[in-house]
Amino acid sequence: MTSSDTSSKRRRSSVALRLVRNPLGAAGVVILLVMVALALLAPVLAPFGPNTAAIGNTLAAPGGDFLLGTDSAGRDTWSRLLWSGQLTLLSALLCASVAIAIGLPAGLIAGYFGKAFDGVSSWVANAILSLPSIIVLLSVRSAVGPSVWITMIVFGVMLSPGYFRLTRTAVLSVRNELYVDAARVSGLSDARIITRHVLSVVRAPIIIQTALIAGVAIAIQSGLEFLGLGSPQDPTWGAMLSEGFRNIYTTPMLMVWPALAIGLTTGAFVLIGNALRDALEDMPGTRLSVKALAGAATAIGTASAPVRSRIPSTVSVRTLAEPVDATPPEDAAEHLLQVNDLEIGYPDGDGGLKRVVEGVHFHVDRGEVLSIVGESGSGKSQTAFAVLGLLPASAQVVGGTVVFDGVQTVDPQRRRIADDRMRPLRGRRISYIPQEPMSNLDPNYTIGHQLSRPMVKLLGVSRAEARKRALVLLERVGITDPQRTFDAYPHEISGGMAQRVLIAGAVSCEPDLIIADEPTTALDVTVQAEVLDLLRTMRDELGVAILIVTHNFGVVADLADRVAVMQQGRLVEEGPVREILHHPQHPYTRALLGSMLVGREPLTPLTTTTKGPTS
Amino acid sequence: MIAFTLKRLGSGVLLLAVICTVAYALLFANGPSIARNIVGDQATAEQVAAKQTELGLDQPLPLRFLSWVGDAFAGDLGRSWFGPITVSDALVTRLPVTLTLIATAMIFVTLIATTLGTAAAVKRGWIDRVVQVGAIVGDAIPGFVVAVVLATIFAVQLGLFPAVSSIAPGAGADAWIASLTLPVIAIVLNYVTASAQQIRSAVIQQRERDFVRTLRSRGLGDGEILLRHVLRGAAPAGLTVLSLQFVGLLGGAVILERIFAIPGIGQLAITATVNGDIPIVMGVVVYTVALVVIVNLVVDLLNGWLNPKVRVS
Repeated sequence: MTSSDTSSKRRRSSVALRLVRNPLGAAGVVILLVMVALALLAPVLAPFGPNTAAIGNTLAAPGGDFLLGTDSAGRDTWSRLLWSGQLTLLSALLCASVAIAIGLPAGLIAGYFGKAFDGVSSWVANAILSLPSIIVLLSVRSAVGPSVWITMIVFGVMLSPGYFRLTRTAVLSVRNELYVDAARVSGLSDARIITRHVLSVVRAPIIIQTALIAGVAIAIQSGLEFLGLGSPQDPTWGAMLSEGFRNIYTTPMLMVWPALAIGLTTGAFVLIGNALRDALEDMPGTRLSVKALAGAATAIGTASAPVRSRIPSTVSVRTLAEPVDATPPEDAAEHLLQVNDLEIGYPDGDGGLKRVVEGVHFHVDRGEVLSIVGESGSGKSQTAFAVLGLLPASAQVVGGTVVFDGVQTVDPQRRRIADDRMRPLRGRRISYIPQEPMSNLDPNYTIGHQLSRPMVKLLGVSRAEARKRALVLLERVGITDPQRTFDAYPHEISGGMAQRVLIAGAVSCEPDLIIADEPTTALDVTVQAEVLDLLRTMRDELGVAILIVTHNFGVVADLADRVAVMQQGRLVEEGPVREILHHPQHPYTRALLGSMLVGREPLTPLTTTTKGPTS
Repeated sequence: MIAFTLKRLGSGVLLLAVICTVAYALLFANGPSIARNIVGDQATAEQVAAKQTELGLDQPLPLRFLSWVGDAFAGDLGRSWFGPITVSDALVTRLPVTLTLIATAMIFVTLIATTLGTAAAVKRGWIDRVVQVGAIVGDAIPGFVVAVVLATIFAVQLGLFPAVSSIAPGAGADAWIASLTLPVIAIVLNYVTASAQQIRSAVIQQRERDFVRTLRSRGLGDGEILLRHVLRGAAPAGLTVLSLQFVGLLGGAVILERIFAIPGIGQLAITATVNGDIPIVMGVVVYTVALVVIVNLVVDLLNGWLNPKVRVS
């Protein structure tokens, strides 16, 4: 036995273990096992044959020879329930087997070899999926007469697109993986590659799908039998339900047993399917991303509650003693923005708090450009979002103050930025330029709408006036055909143009401070320079202050008056741009500068174009 | 947009043609057995042959199909083999009942699922857990079992609603409302959790998009962002799941109409299937596929209209 065999065995057994540990999954497994056992033991347990009729004993009450009573033909309900279980479960098995037998190979071929087969089979799969199955099964019944087996085979065909799509998608994603290429280069046949690599990927989803499909098969089969479309000789739960429904006024209990059997069995399959999915999503490498992400988000949401109550013990007395009201600390009045001892943390999932910003302290004056520099994870973006009041919901402002033009926006009791204090500032006084231009425009609305709507809302101008201003703004940020861009949707313009649009949006309500989060990182080098020029022009012409977050000292040298350097959530050095660039004090700053400027003739030409802090 | 529409329309017409051909071949192929079924087991071979000739079943299948297609284009889907009624008339008298049932139920499903799904995505907490658990419970219990239980309790035991529908030609609005309330509730209970779950995921995904943060930074209110931007972006996903449910209901209504004794297309289909009234079965298939094609086309067009990338190009 090779090591990969043992490890995959271990993995499988651990999935089984997780399934049983999940209470709902365990309940599903137990119910299903009981149902299967009862069905298998029907010949032993059932006192009568499925169609043995006691003529004198129709609709008998439970008790005596008839544990659960008899139906209108005098057949023993308990016996019929057991025999029906046999047929119903077998038919579900047949249905799922047919669906897999068709869907899996078709999906493999379509995904792996593509071309015409893919096109045709995908169309057929969509066509089958678009048909209401009961209507199809009714017409099949009309054509070939009543038969549980033919019905289930046809229903299997109708469910096969589910497997087809699943397999095809999995194969498509695996086919272009490097290890499959490697396998192909090393001379493995297509068949070997499919069985070794592709089947191992689709196995888990197929098991889940099968559990769910078995439940659907039982439901639809029971539904058809309920309509009286089955063969009268075949005992099924659906037929029993139909029989009970016909006698609903006299013996309603006749309906309860088959309804319970159907409900419990389909429910068990769904519970098993869901529990399997949960178990597999927890395993590395088999996560279905969206669902897993949503799950993780809820997990964080629920974890944050106990965290909150624990925090006070870990927080210094100083921050807790700070005033709750919005009065600014002493020196704040002079500066446009004053950030004092800011601390931001996230729940780490184990009841603690991971701090991403610790004791950060800086200010920005009117018309000034402050650059916060640091590598990714240094907390620079978190600091910027705290100023904007746009931190993620799970973020906690554990300490410190943020004072913008005399308004303290941190609410220390709720450990977040107070939204009611922030709302009048956002857009109107503080605005934002994001990093990635394309994803920051709503693809469903025109550029013009997205530009003029905030002006209508915040400045109270008419739509016509907002439109006029938007066109002027677009021209001002260097767009040559403002009218065309105004009418365009985001997908119709380039990334550089989108960033100009976002800058136009940021200045549209004449703010005092712009927060720019890596505004040039996602752009081409030539466009980067133009965007920096544009920002400088905005500062010079509008007198707006800019807080620019970047990892790029080129941007710093080009634009900033002062620099703050951040490392691992802390501010390590702060000062005028020339001083920091020429005489860095902190070793981290030197390392950052060194890593970027090795072997180049640096800075002097760039710094001469930048206004010094004193000018 | 025009090319897009034509392509979708072409695909729909192709689907209709393929299904009609397959269904016709399946249903009408076995002439002798159909004729035997109609005249009964006691009939002589001559009577069977005579019936076959009378219904035209002795003609070659392709010829019969071509003439059926010709008639169908003229709006004539043939006559019932068991009663003095044309297939078209049988369908037309029952269509309003079934469509009213499905459309009313889907309107409620759409409204409730959108509200629940959005609230679960935005508020999280208990309402989110209700939607999640509800989705599992809704999957686990077959819809017709729910309907049977509802009928038993509220119509049979409590007598709050008629156990047999009072919808008939010329019946007043009150008869319609009394007859359709319980089945609509059954459908809503059965369908709403699944669609709420889908809408919840779509809204969560949409709220995490970058532009939502940027819109907030521009000073727009949370309500406006949710209604105009988040829900607008989540709409295609919601539309897809709701359209799938609508198509599923074309089949599901068959069982519901039997349970609540509603005189709709479903009842017609069951009776025709049991009797072997093949022209009526064929008519039901044509009507169903036509509705599927129309619904899919409408959804495709709505999605196209919602998505500027399709609309503009």
